[in-house]
Amino acid sequence: MNESLTFHFDVDGTDFTSAGQASANVKRSLRQLGLAPDIIRQVSIAMYEGEINMVIHAGGGEADVTVFEDKIEIVLKDHGPGIKDIDLAMQEGYSTATDTVRSLGFGAGMGLPNMKRYTDEMHIETEVGKGTTIKMYVNLTD
Amino acid sequence: MIHYKHSVELDVEKCTGCTACMRHCPTEAIRIKDGHAHIDTDRCIDCGECIRVCQSKAKKAMCSKFEHYQHYKWKIALPPPSLFGQFDGLDDVNYVIQGLKDIGFDDIFEVAKAAELVSAYTRLYLKIPGIKKPVISSACPVIARLISLRFPYLKDNIMPLLPPMEIAAILAKEKAKKEHPELKDEEIGTFFISPCAAKVSYIRNGYGDYKSNVDVVVSLSEIYFLLVGAMKKDKQPEIMTESGKVGIGWATSGGESSALLNDSYLAADGIENCIKILDQIENGNIPQLEFVELNACIGGCVGGVMTIENPFIAKTRLQTVRRYMPVSLNHLPADEKFIPEGYFLNTSPSYIPISRLSNNMGESMRMMAQIENIKKELPGIDCAACGSPTCRAFAEDLVRGKIPSDSKCVVLAQKNSEEENGNDSK
Repeated sequence: MNESLTFHFDVDGTDFTSAGQASANVKRSLRQLGLAPDIIRQVSIAMYEGEINMVIHAGGGEADVTVFEDKIEIVLKDHGPGIKDIDLAMQEGYSTATDTVRSLGFGAGMGLPNMKRYTDEMHIETEVGKGTTIKMYVNLTD
Repeated sequence: MIHYKHSVELDVEKCTGCTACMRHCPTEAIRIKDGHAHIDTDRCIDCGECIRVCQSKAKKAMCSKFEHYQHYKWKIALPPPSLFGQFDGLDDVNYVIQGLKDIGFDDIFEVAKAAELVSAYTRLYLKIPGIKKPVISSACPVIARLISLRFPYLKDNIMPLLPPMEIAAILAKEKAKKEHPELKDEEIGTFFISPCAAKVSYIRNGYGDYKSNVDVVVSLSEIYFLLVGAMKKDKQPEIMTESGKVGIGWATSGGESSALLNDSYLAADGIENCIKILDQIENGNIPQLEFVELNACIGGCVGGVMTIENPFIAKTRLQTVRRYMPVSLNHLPADEKFIPEGYFLNTSPSYIPISRLSNNMGESMRMMAQIENIKKELPGIDCAACGSPTCRAFAEDLVRGKIPSDSKCVVLAQKNSEEENGNDSK
Protein backbone atom coordinates (compact mmCIF):
# COMPACT_ATOMS: atom_id res chain seq x y z
CA MET A 1 0.00 0.00 0.00
CA ASN A 2 1.46 3.34 -0.92
CA GLU A 3 -1.21 5.59 0.47
CA SER A 4 -0.19 8.71 2.28
CA LEU A 5 -1.81 11.73 3.83
CA THR A 6 -0.23 15.18 4.09
CA PHE A 7 -1.08 17.97 6.47
CA HIS A 8 0.19 21.37 5.45
CA PHE A 9 0.68 24.35 7.75
CA ASP A 10 1.90 27.88 7.27
CA VAL A 11 3.84 28.95 10.32
CA ASP A 12 3.37 32.64 11.04
CA GLY A 13 6.71 34.20 11.91
CA THR A 14 5.35 37.33 13.51
CA ASP A 15 3.27 35.81 16.24
CA PHE A 16 4.81 34.09 19.22
CA THR A 17 1.48 33.39 20.81
CA SER A 18 0.28 31.23 17.97
CA ALA A 19 3.47 29.15 17.84
CA GLY A 20 2.55 25.58 18.63
CA GLN A 21 -0.70 25.62 16.71
CA ALA A 22 0.52 23.40 13.90
CA SER A 23 1.85 20.94 16.41
CA ALA A 24 -1.48 20.89 18.27
CA ASN A 25 -3.36 20.28 15.02
CA VAL A 26 -1.03 17.47 14.02
CA LYS A 27 -1.51 15.89 17.41
CA ARG A 28 -5.26 15.91 16.99
CA SER A 29 -5.07 14.41 13.51
CA LEU A 30 -2.66 11.67 14.53
CA ARG A 31 -4.95 10.77 17.40
CA GLN A 32 -7.79 10.38 14.95
CA LEU A 33 -5.68 8.14 12.79
CA GLY A 34 -5.30 5.93 15.82
CA LEU A 35 -1.52 6.13 16.20
CA ALA A 36 0.11 5.02 19.45
CA PRO A 37 0.42 7.69 22.16
CA ASP A 38 4.24 7.46 22.16
CA ILE A 39 4.46 8.13 18.44
CA ILE A 40 2.06 11.05 18.71
CA ARG A 41 4.17 12.55 21.45
CA GLN A 42 7.41 12.11 19.47
CA VAL A 43 5.93 13.82 16.44
CA SER A 44 4.33 16.63 18.37
CA ILE A 45 7.47 17.46 20.33
CA ALA A 46 9.61 17.47 17.19
CA MET A 47 7.01 19.58 15.42
CA TYR A 48 6.69 22.01 18.30
CA GLU A 49 10.44 22.57 18.58
CA GLY A 50 10.68 23.03 14.81
CA GLU A 51 7.80 25.46 14.79
CA ILE A 52 9.34 27.54 17.55
CA ASN A 53 12.68 27.57 15.70
CA MET A 54 11.03 28.84 12.56
CA VAL A 55 9.30 31.60 14.50
CA ILE A 56 12.32 32.80 16.47
CA HIS A 57 15.04 32.41 13.85
CA ALA A 58 13.50 32.42 10.41
CA GLY A 59 10.42 34.64 10.45
CA GLY A 60 8.12 31.71 9.86
CA GLY A 61 7.92 29.04 7.21
CA GLU A 62 5.99 25.99 6.15
CA ALA A 63 5.45 22.63 7.74
CA ASP A 64 4.30 19.47 5.99
CA VAL A 65 3.57 16.33 7.89
CA THR A 66 3.00 13.23 5.82
CA VAL A 67 1.74 9.99 7.25
CA PHE A 68 2.92 6.91 5.38
CA GLU A 69 2.04 3.39 6.30
CA ASP A 70 5.41 2.74 7.90
CA LYS A 71 6.61 6.20 8.89
CA ILE A 72 5.76 9.82 9.48
CA GLU A 73 7.71 12.46 7.63
CA ILE A 74 7.97 16.00 8.94
CA VAL A 75 9.34 18.63 6.57
CA LEU A 76 10.00 22.10 7.92
CA LYS A 77 11.01 24.68 5.36
CA ASP A 78 11.97 28.29 5.92
CA HIS A 79 13.67 31.13 4.06
CA GLY A 80 15.51 32.42 7.10
CA PRO A 81 19.21 33.16 7.69
CA GLY A 82 20.32 29.52 7.50
CA ILE A 83 22.53 27.72 10.02
CA LYS A 84 26.24 28.66 9.92
CA ASP A 85 27.60 25.74 11.88
CA ILE A 86 25.32 22.71 12.15
CA ASP A 87 27.57 20.85 14.63
CA LEU A 88 27.52 23.82 16.94
CA ALA A 89 23.78 24.28 16.51
CA MET A 90 23.24 20.64 17.44
CA GLN A 91 24.96 21.11 20.79
CA GLU A 92 22.63 21.21 23.75
CA GLY A 93 22.46 24.69 25.20
CA TYR A 94 23.87 26.48 22.17
CA SER A 95 21.56 29.14 20.81
CA THR A 96 21.79 32.28 18.69
CA ALA A 97 18.45 33.53 20.00
CA THR A 98 18.27 37.20 20.95
CA ASP A 99 17.87 38.41 24.51
CA THR A 100 14.27 39.38 23.78
CA VAL A 101 13.49 35.85 22.69
CA ARG A 102 15.27 34.42 25.73
CA SER A 103 13.32 36.70 28.02
CA LEU A 104 10.18 35.08 26.64
CA GLY A 105 11.40 31.72 27.84
CA PHE A 106 12.64 30.43 24.48
CA GLY A 107 16.14 30.04 23.09
CA ALA A 108 17.41 27.49 25.60
CA GLY A 109 19.40 25.77 22.90
CA MET A 110 17.40 22.56 23.08
CA GLY A 111 15.39 22.87 19.86
CA LEU A 112 17.51 20.94 17.38
CA PRO A 113 18.82 18.42 19.95
CA ASN A 114 15.24 17.64 20.99
CA MET A 115 14.15 17.26 17.38
CA LYS A 116 16.92 14.75 16.84
CA ARG A 117 16.19 12.94 20.11
CA TYR A 118 12.51 12.47 19.44
CA THR A 119 12.77 11.32 15.83
CA ASP A 120 14.37 8.29 14.24
CA GLU A 121 16.08 10.19 11.45
CA MET A 122 16.84 13.84 10.82
CA HIS A 123 18.43 15.64 7.87
CA ILE A 124 19.28 19.31 7.74
CA GLU A 125 19.79 21.16 4.48
CA THR A 126 20.80 24.72 5.01
CA GLU A 127 22.35 27.58 3.14
CA VAL A 128 23.39 30.77 4.88
CA GLY A 129 21.24 33.64 3.68
CA LYS A 130 18.83 31.37 1.84
CA GLY A 131 17.09 29.22 4.41
CA THR A 132 16.83 25.84 6.03
CA THR A 133 14.91 22.67 5.31
CA ILE A 134 14.72 20.00 7.97
CA LYS A 135 13.37 16.55 7.28
CA MET A 136 12.54 14.26 10.16
CA TYR A 137 11.19 10.73 10.21
CA VAL A 138 9.43 8.79 12.92
CA ASN A 139 9.14 5.07 12.19
CA LEU A 140 5.83 3.38 12.78
CA THR A 141 7.10 -0.18 12.63
CA ASP A 142 9.43 -1.61 15.25
CA MET B 1 -15.89 -0.98 25.63
CA ILE B 2 -17.07 -0.82 29.21
CA HIS B 3 -20.09 1.38 29.45
CA TYR B 4 -19.32 4.46 31.51
CA LYS B 5 -22.14 5.59 33.75
CA HIS B 6 -22.57 9.33 33.58
CA SER B 7 -24.32 11.70 35.88
CA VAL B 8 -25.27 14.47 33.48
CA GLU B 9 -28.90 14.05 32.54
CA LEU B 10 -31.01 15.78 29.91
CA ASP B 11 -34.66 16.68 30.26
CA VAL B 12 -35.78 16.37 26.65
CA GLU B 13 -39.01 18.27 27.35
CA LYS B 14 -37.14 21.34 28.55
CA CYS B 15 -34.37 21.29 25.92
CA THR B 16 -34.96 23.83 23.16
CA GLY B 17 -32.10 22.64 20.96
CA CYS B 18 -30.40 26.04 21.30
CA THR B 19 -26.79 24.74 20.71
CA ALA B 20 -25.29 26.53 23.76
CA CYS B 21 -24.22 23.30 25.48
CA MET B 22 -22.90 21.84 22.24
CA ARG B 23 -20.71 24.85 21.52
CA HIS B 24 -19.29 24.85 25.05
CA CYS B 25 -18.60 21.13 25.40
CA PRO B 26 -14.79 20.76 25.66
CA THR B 27 -14.81 17.24 24.22
CA GLU B 28 -17.40 17.82 21.45
CA ALA B 29 -19.60 15.18 23.05
CA ILE B 30 -22.91 16.89 22.24
CA ARG B 31 -24.91 17.05 19.01
CA ILE B 32 -28.35 18.54 18.34
CA LYS B 33 -30.66 16.08 16.64
CA ASP B 34 -34.47 16.13 16.31
CA GLY B 35 -34.59 19.49 18.06
CA HIS B 36 -32.75 18.54 21.22
CA ALA B 37 -29.30 17.73 22.57
CA HIS B 38 -27.77 14.24 22.55
CA ILE B 39 -24.77 13.39 24.72
CA ASP B 40 -22.20 10.91 23.44
CA THR B 41 -21.45 8.94 26.60
CA ASP B 42 -18.08 7.70 25.33
CA ARG B 43 -16.80 11.26 25.04
CA CYS B 44 -18.47 12.93 28.02
CA ILE B 45 -16.09 13.69 30.90
CA ASP B 46 -18.81 14.93 33.30
CA CYS B 47 -17.25 18.37 33.57
CA GLY B 48 -20.67 19.99 33.91
CA GLU B 49 -20.01 22.83 31.41
CA CYS B 50 -23.32 22.00 29.66
CA ILE B 51 -25.25 22.24 32.93
CA ARG B 52 -23.64 25.61 33.56
CA VAL B 53 -24.51 27.17 30.20
CA CYS B 54 -28.01 25.73 29.74
CA GLN B 55 -30.52 28.58 29.78
CA SER B 56 -33.53 26.25 29.89
CA LYS B 57 -32.28 24.24 32.88
CA ALA B 58 -32.67 21.12 30.78
CA LYS B 59 -29.41 19.59 31.97
CA LYS B 60 -28.85 18.43 35.48
CA ALA B 61 -26.60 16.19 37.50
CA MET B 62 -28.16 12.98 38.73
CA CYS B 63 -27.96 12.51 42.47
CA SER B 64 -29.67 10.47 45.12
CA LYS B 65 -32.20 12.12 47.41
CA PHE B 66 -31.26 12.02 51.08
CA GLU B 67 -34.77 11.00 52.16
CA HIS B 68 -34.67 7.86 50.00
CA TYR B 69 -31.74 6.39 51.91
CA GLN B 70 -33.02 6.48 55.45
CA HIS B 71 -32.81 2.69 55.70
CA TYR B 72 -29.13 2.87 56.69
CA LYS B 73 -28.98 2.47 60.45
CA TRP B 74 -25.80 4.56 60.73
CA LYS B 75 -25.67 7.43 58.28
CA ILE B 76 -22.35 9.23 57.98
CA ALA B 77 -22.13 12.56 56.19
CA LEU B 78 -18.93 13.27 54.26
CA PRO B 79 -19.07 17.06 53.81
CA PRO B 80 -16.49 18.49 51.38
CA PRO B 81 -14.69 21.70 52.38
CA SER B 82 -16.52 23.55 49.57
CA LEU B 83 -19.75 23.17 51.60
CA PHE B 84 -18.40 25.55 54.24
CA GLY B 85 -18.05 28.33 51.66
CA GLN B 86 -21.77 28.45 50.92
CA PHE B 87 -23.06 30.20 54.04
CA ASP B 88 -23.25 33.93 54.52
CA GLY B 89 -21.46 35.12 57.65
CA LEU B 90 -20.27 31.66 58.70
CA ASP B 91 -17.15 31.88 60.86
CA ASP B 92 -17.23 28.46 62.51
CA VAL B 93 -17.63 25.17 60.65
CA ASN B 94 -19.07 23.55 63.77
CA TYR B 95 -22.42 25.23 63.02
CA VAL B 96 -22.57 23.26 59.78
CA ILE B 97 -21.44 20.03 61.42
CA GLN B 98 -24.11 20.41 64.10
CA GLY B 99 -26.62 21.21 61.35
CA LEU B 100 -25.75 17.96 59.56
CA LYS B 101 -26.48 16.06 62.77
CA ASP B 102 -29.75 17.92 63.17
CA ILE B 103 -30.96 16.98 59.70
CA GLY B 104 -30.50 13.30 60.46
CA PHE B 105 -26.88 12.20 60.07
CA ASP B 106 -25.55 10.00 62.86
CA ASP B 107 -21.95 10.99 62.37
CA ILE B 108 -19.89 13.40 60.31
CA PHE B 109 -16.50 12.73 58.78
CA GLU B 110 -15.04 15.80 57.15
CA VAL B 111 -13.47 15.28 53.74
CA ALA B 112 -11.10 18.12 54.73
CA LYS B 113 -9.69 15.84 57.43
CA ALA B 114 -8.91 13.15 54.86
CA ALA B 115 -7.52 15.87 52.57
CA GLU B 116 -4.95 16.79 55.23
CA LEU B 117 -3.84 13.18 55.30
CA VAL B 118 -3.65 13.10 51.51
CA SER B 119 -1.49 16.23 51.63
CA ALA B 120 0.85 14.51 54.07
CA TYR B 121 0.97 11.35 51.93
CA THR B 122 1.56 13.40 48.79
CA ARG B 123 4.64 14.93 50.42
CA LEU B 124 5.89 11.39 51.05
CA TYR B 125 4.95 10.26 47.55
CA LEU B 126 6.89 13.10 45.88
CA LYS B 127 10.07 11.80 47.53
CA ILE B 128 9.83 8.33 46.00
CA PRO B 129 12.73 7.99 43.52
CA GLY B 130 11.89 7.28 39.91
CA ILE B 131 8.28 8.45 39.84
CA LYS B 132 7.13 10.30 36.75
CA LYS B 133 7.13 14.08 37.25
CA PRO B 134 5.25 16.30 37.32
CA VAL B 135 2.91 14.35 39.53
CA ILE B 136 -0.67 15.23 38.57
CA SER B 137 -3.28 15.39 41.33
CA SER B 138 -5.86 12.60 41.32
CA ALA B 139 -8.47 14.67 43.16
CA CYS B 140 -10.52 16.03 40.24
CA PRO B 141 -12.23 13.11 38.50
CA VAL B 142 -12.81 15.14 35.32
CA ILE B 143 -9.05 15.48 34.86
CA ALA B 144 -8.46 11.78 35.53
CA ARG B 145 -11.04 10.83 32.89
CA LEU B 146 -9.78 13.44 30.44
CA ILE B 147 -6.29 11.99 30.72
CA SER B 148 -7.53 8.46 30.07
CA LEU B 149 -9.37 9.65 26.95
CA ARG B 150 -6.98 12.18 25.52
CA PHE B 151 -3.59 12.20 27.21
CA PRO B 152 -2.63 8.54 27.54
CA TYR B 153 1.03 9.46 27.72
CA LEU B 154 0.41 11.24 31.02
CA LYS B 155 -1.44 8.34 32.63
CA ASP B 156 1.51 7.44 34.83
CA ASN B 157 1.87 11.02 36.02
CA ILE B 158 -1.43 10.82 37.88
CA MET B 159 -0.80 10.35 41.58
CA PRO B 160 -1.91 6.77 42.31
CA LEU B 161 -3.42 7.80 45.61
CA LEU B 162 -7.12 7.75 46.47
CA PRO B 163 -8.76 11.17 46.52
CA PRO B 164 -9.76 12.65 49.93
CA MET B 165 -13.43 11.74 49.46
CA GLU B 166 -12.55 8.03 49.27
CA ILE B 167 -10.14 8.06 52.17
CA ALA B 168 -12.81 9.88 54.19
CA ALA B 169 -15.30 7.11 53.35
CA ILE B 170 -12.85 4.35 54.34
CA LEU B 171 -11.87 6.02 57.61
CA ALA B 172 -15.49 6.91 58.45
CA LYS B 173 -16.51 3.26 58.11
CA GLU B 174 -13.55 2.06 60.20
CA LYS B 175 -14.45 4.56 62.88
CA ALA B 176 -18.12 3.52 62.90
CA LYS B 177 -17.22 -0.17 63.24
CA LYS B 178 -14.81 0.54 66.06
CA GLU B 179 -17.21 2.72 68.01
CA HIS B 180 -20.29 0.62 67.26
CA PRO B 181 -19.19 -3.00 66.88
CA GLU B 182 -22.86 -4.05 66.81
CA LEU B 183 -23.31 -2.44 63.38
CA LYS B 184 -23.23 -4.70 60.34
CA ASP B 185 -21.39 -3.51 57.21
CA GLU B 186 -24.59 -3.02 55.26
CA GLU B 187 -26.11 -0.93 58.02
CA ILE B 188 -23.44 1.75 57.68
CA GLY B 189 -23.98 4.27 54.87
CA THR B 190 -21.47 6.90 53.79
CA PHE B 191 -23.08 9.94 52.15
CA PHE B 192 -20.87 12.21 50.09
CA ILE B 193 -22.28 15.72 49.72
CA SER B 194 -21.13 16.43 46.19
CA PRO B 195 -20.36 19.84 44.74
CA CYS B 196 -20.12 18.43 41.20
CA ALA B 197 -21.41 15.94 38.68
CA ALA B 198 -18.03 14.31 38.11
CA LYS B 199 -17.70 13.01 41.66
CA VAL B 200 -21.09 11.36 41.24
CA SER B 201 -19.78 9.54 38.17
CA TYR B 202 -16.55 8.61 39.91
CA ILE B 203 -18.49 7.00 42.73
CA ARG B 204 -20.76 5.11 40.33
CA ASN B 205 -17.96 3.86 38.08
CA GLY B 206 -15.01 3.50 40.39
CA TYR B 207 -11.55 4.14 39.02
CA GLY B 208 -9.79 1.37 37.15
CA ASP B 209 -10.51 -1.69 39.31
CA TYR B 210 -11.21 0.37 42.40
CA LYS B 211 -14.78 0.38 43.69
CA SER B 212 -15.86 3.41 45.67
CA ASN B 213 -16.48 3.25 49.41
CA VAL B 214 -19.07 6.00 49.18
CA ASP B 215 -22.55 4.46 49.34
CA VAL B 216 -24.78 7.41 48.49
CA VAL B 217 -24.09 10.72 46.70
CA VAL B 218 -26.38 13.57 47.53
CA SER B 219 -26.10 16.99 45.96
CA LEU B 220 -24.58 19.86 47.87
CA SER B 221 -27.52 22.06 46.88
CA GLU B 222 -30.08 19.63 48.37
CA ILE B 223 -28.20 19.44 51.67
CA TYR B 224 -27.63 23.21 51.65
CA PHE B 225 -31.37 23.89 51.69
CA LEU B 226 -31.95 21.34 54.46
CA LEU B 227 -29.11 22.91 56.46
CA VAL B 228 -30.27 26.49 56.06
CA GLY B 229 -33.49 25.52 57.81
CA ALA B 230 -31.74 23.48 60.50
CA MET B 231 -28.69 25.54 61.43
CA LYS B 232 -29.22 27.43 64.66
CA LYS B 233 -27.09 30.48 65.11
CA ASP B 234 -28.28 31.31 68.64
CA LYS B 235 -26.31 28.60 70.39
CA GLN B 236 -22.53 28.14 70.19
CA PRO B 237 -22.02 24.59 68.89
CA GLU B 238 -19.67 22.04 70.38
CA ILE B 239 -16.25 21.86 68.79
CA MET B 240 -16.45 18.87 66.48
CA THR B 241 -14.29 19.83 63.54
CA GLU B 242 -11.14 17.86 62.98
CA SER B 243 -9.57 19.79 60.17
CA GLY B 244 -7.51 22.92 59.76
CA LYS B 245 -6.58 25.51 57.16
CA VAL B 246 -4.90 22.94 54.93
CA GLY B 247 -7.98 20.74 54.64
CA ILE B 248 -10.36 23.62 54.02
CA GLY B 249 -7.92 25.01 51.45
CA TRP B 250 -8.59 22.03 49.18
CA ALA B 251 -11.94 23.62 48.27
CA THR B 252 -10.27 26.23 46.11
CA SER B 253 -7.75 26.06 43.29
CA GLY B 254 -4.19 26.07 44.59
CA GLY B 255 -5.14 24.83 48.04
CA GLU B 256 -3.99 21.28 47.46
CA SER B 257 -0.66 22.46 46.01
CA SER B 258 0.14 24.98 48.68
CA ALA B 259 -0.17 22.22 51.28
CA LEU B 260 2.85 20.51 49.75
CA LEU B 261 5.28 23.06 51.21
CA ASN B 262 7.11 23.00 47.93
CA ASP B 263 7.07 25.90 45.50
CA SER B 264 7.58 23.83 42.39
CA TYR B 265 3.93 23.43 41.53
CA LEU B 266 1.34 24.67 39.10
CA ALA B 267 -2.34 25.02 39.88
CA ALA B 268 -4.80 25.65 37.06
CA ASP B 269 -8.57 25.75 37.01
CA GLY B 270 -11.27 25.85 34.36
CA ILE B 271 -11.49 22.96 31.90
CA GLU B 272 -10.04 24.82 28.90
CA ASN B 273 -7.01 25.94 30.92
CA CYS B 274 -6.51 22.41 32.19
CA ILE B 275 -6.55 20.99 28.65
CA LYS B 276 -3.94 23.57 27.56
CA ILE B 277 -1.70 22.72 30.49
CA LEU B 278 -1.96 18.98 29.80
CA ASP B 279 -1.07 19.66 26.16
CA GLN B 280 1.99 21.59 27.24
CA ILE B 281 3.10 18.95 29.72
CA GLU B 282 2.76 16.33 26.99
CA ASN B 283 4.88 18.44 24.64
CA GLY B 284 7.47 18.96 27.32
CA ASN B 285 7.39 22.74 26.99
CA ILE B 286 6.64 23.57 30.59
CA PRO B 287 9.12 24.34 33.37
CA GLN B 288 10.33 21.44 35.49
CA LEU B 289 7.62 20.91 38.07
CA GLU B 290 7.07 18.59 40.99
CA PHE B 291 3.32 18.79 41.16
CA VAL B 292 0.40 19.87 39.00
CA GLU B 293 -3.05 20.50 40.44
CA LEU B 294 -5.81 20.76 37.87
CA ASN B 295 -9.41 21.58 38.69
CA ALA B 296 -11.96 21.36 35.90
CA CYS B 297 -14.20 23.94 37.57
CA ILE B 298 -13.29 27.62 37.71
CA GLY B 299 -12.07 28.44 41.20
CA GLY B 300 -11.72 24.75 42.12
CA CYS B 301 -14.37 22.64 43.84
CA VAL B 302 -16.23 25.76 45.01
CA GLY B 303 -17.03 26.20 41.30
CA GLY B 304 -18.84 22.86 41.05
CA VAL B 305 -22.23 22.89 39.31
CA MET B 306 -24.07 21.72 42.41
CA THR B 307 -22.82 24.52 44.63
CA ILE B 308 -25.05 27.45 45.50
CA GLU B 309 -22.68 30.38 45.72
CA ASN B 310 -20.50 31.98 43.07
CA PRO B 311 -17.01 30.41 43.40
CA PHE B 312 -15.27 33.69 44.16
CA ILE B 313 -17.73 34.62 46.89
CA ALA B 314 -17.40 31.12 48.33
CA LYS B 315 -13.62 31.53 48.30
CA THR B 316 -13.88 34.82 50.17
CA ARG B 317 -16.16 33.22 52.75
CA LEU B 318 -13.72 30.39 53.27
CA GLN B 319 -11.09 32.98 54.18
CA THR B 320 -13.31 33.96 57.10
CA VAL B 321 -13.92 30.34 58.02
CA ARG B 322 -10.19 29.56 57.99
CA ARG B 323 -9.07 32.63 59.90
CA TYR B 324 -8.89 31.15 63.38
CA MET B 325 -8.20 27.58 62.35
CA PRO B 326 -4.96 25.77 63.11
CA VAL B 327 -2.83 25.03 60.04
CA SER B 328 -3.54 21.31 60.07
CA LEU B 329 -5.01 18.90 62.57
CA ASN B 330 -3.97 15.74 60.81
CA HIS B 331 -0.33 14.77 60.77
CA LEU B 332 1.37 11.50 60.15
CA PRO B 333 3.22 10.02 63.09
CA ALA B 334 6.90 10.92 62.80
CA ASP B 335 7.86 7.29 62.14
CA GLU B 336 5.26 6.81 59.41
CA LYS B 337 7.25 6.73 56.21
CA PHE B 338 4.92 4.65 54.10
CA ILE B 339 1.56 5.26 52.55
CA PRO B 340 -0.92 2.55 53.59
CA GLU B 341 -1.35 -0.04 50.83
CA GLY B 342 -5.13 0.41 50.85
CA TYR B 343 -4.84 4.07 49.83
CA PHE B 344 -3.07 3.28 46.59
CA LEU B 345 -4.82 2.90 43.29
CA ASN B 346 -3.33 -0.19 41.75
CA THR B 347 -4.94 0.18 38.38
CA SER B 348 -5.87 3.15 36.29
CA PRO B 349 -8.55 3.36 33.61
CA SER B 350 -7.26 2.04 30.31
CA TYR B 351 -6.71 4.37 27.35
CA ILE B 352 -9.84 4.72 25.29
CA PRO B 353 -8.93 6.17 21.88
CA ILE B 354 -12.33 7.82 21.36
CA SER B 355 -11.23 10.09 18.56
CA ARG B 356 -9.87 7.26 16.40
CA LEU B 357 -11.68 7.16 13.08
CA SER B 358 -11.26 3.45 12.43
CA ASN B 359 -9.35 0.47 13.80
CA ASN B 360 -7.58 0.16 10.50
CA MET B 361 -4.90 2.73 9.79
CA GLY B 362 -5.44 2.71 6.01
CA GLU B 363 -9.17 3.20 6.49
CA SER B 364 -8.51 6.01 9.00
CA MET B 365 -6.31 7.73 6.44
CA ARG B 366 -8.96 7.48 3.74
CA MET B 367 -11.57 8.84 6.13
CA MET B 368 -9.35 11.72 7.16
CA ALA B 369 -8.68 12.65 3.54
CA GLN B 370 -12.46 12.71 3.00
CA ILE B 371 -12.95 14.90 6.08
CA GLU B 372 -10.34 17.37 4.82
CA ASN B 373 -12.05 17.51 1.42
CA ILE B 374 -15.49 18.15 2.86
CA LYS B 375 -14.10 20.73 5.27
CA LYS B 376 -12.64 22.75 2.41
CA GLU B 377 -16.14 23.30 0.99
CA LEU B 378 -17.66 24.41 4.29
CA PRO B 379 -17.87 28.10 5.31
CA GLY B 380 -15.71 27.58 8.42
CA ILE B 381 -17.73 29.88 10.64
CA ASP B 382 -18.65 27.14 13.14
CA CYS B 383 -22.23 28.41 13.48
CA ALA B 384 -23.44 25.03 14.79
CA ALA B 385 -26.81 25.41 13.06
CA CYS B 386 -26.41 21.99 11.41
CA GLY B 387 -26.36 20.28 14.79
CA SER B 388 -22.60 19.65 14.95
CA PRO B 389 -20.43 22.01 17.03
CA THR B 390 -17.96 23.06 14.30
CA CYS B 391 -17.60 22.77 10.54
CA ARG B 392 -14.87 20.23 11.09
CA ALA B 393 -17.08 18.20 13.42
CA PHE B 394 -19.81 18.26 10.76
CA ALA B 395 -17.38 16.86 8.18
CA GLU B 396 -16.28 14.24 10.68
CA ASP B 397 -19.83 13.26 11.58
CA LEU B 398 -20.61 12.82 7.86
CA VAL B 399 -17.58 10.63 7.22
CA ARG B 400 -18.10 8.61 10.38
CA GLY B 401 -21.72 8.03 9.31
CA LYS B 402 -23.07 9.63 12.45
CA ILE B 403 -25.44 11.85 10.49
CA PRO B 404 -27.31 10.98 7.27
CA SER B 405 -25.11 11.21 4.19
CA ASP B 406 -27.45 13.81 2.64
CA SER B 407 -27.05 16.20 5.60
CA LYS B 408 -26.50 19.75 4.43
CA CYS B 409 -24.63 22.74 5.75
CA VAL B 410 -27.33 25.29 6.58
CA VAL B 411 -25.21 28.26 5.49
CA LEU B 412 -24.25 26.70 2.16
CA ALA B 413 -27.84 25.67 1.45
CA GLN B 414 -28.99 29.24 2.12
CA LYS B 415 -26.29 30.63 -0.15
CA ASN B 416 -27.14 28.17 -2.92
CA SER B 417 -30.82 28.99 -2.78
CA GLU B 418 -30.06 32.73 -2.82
CA GLU B 419 -27.91 32.22 -5.89
CA GLU B 420 -30.64 30.21 -7.57
CA ASN B 421 -33.23 32.85 -6.78
CA GLY B 422 -30.91 35.52 -8.07
CA ASN B 423 -30.49 33.63 -11.34
CA ASP B 424 -34.26 33.18 -11.64
CA SER B 425 -34.97 36.89 -11.38
CA LYS B 426 -32.51 37.77 -14.12
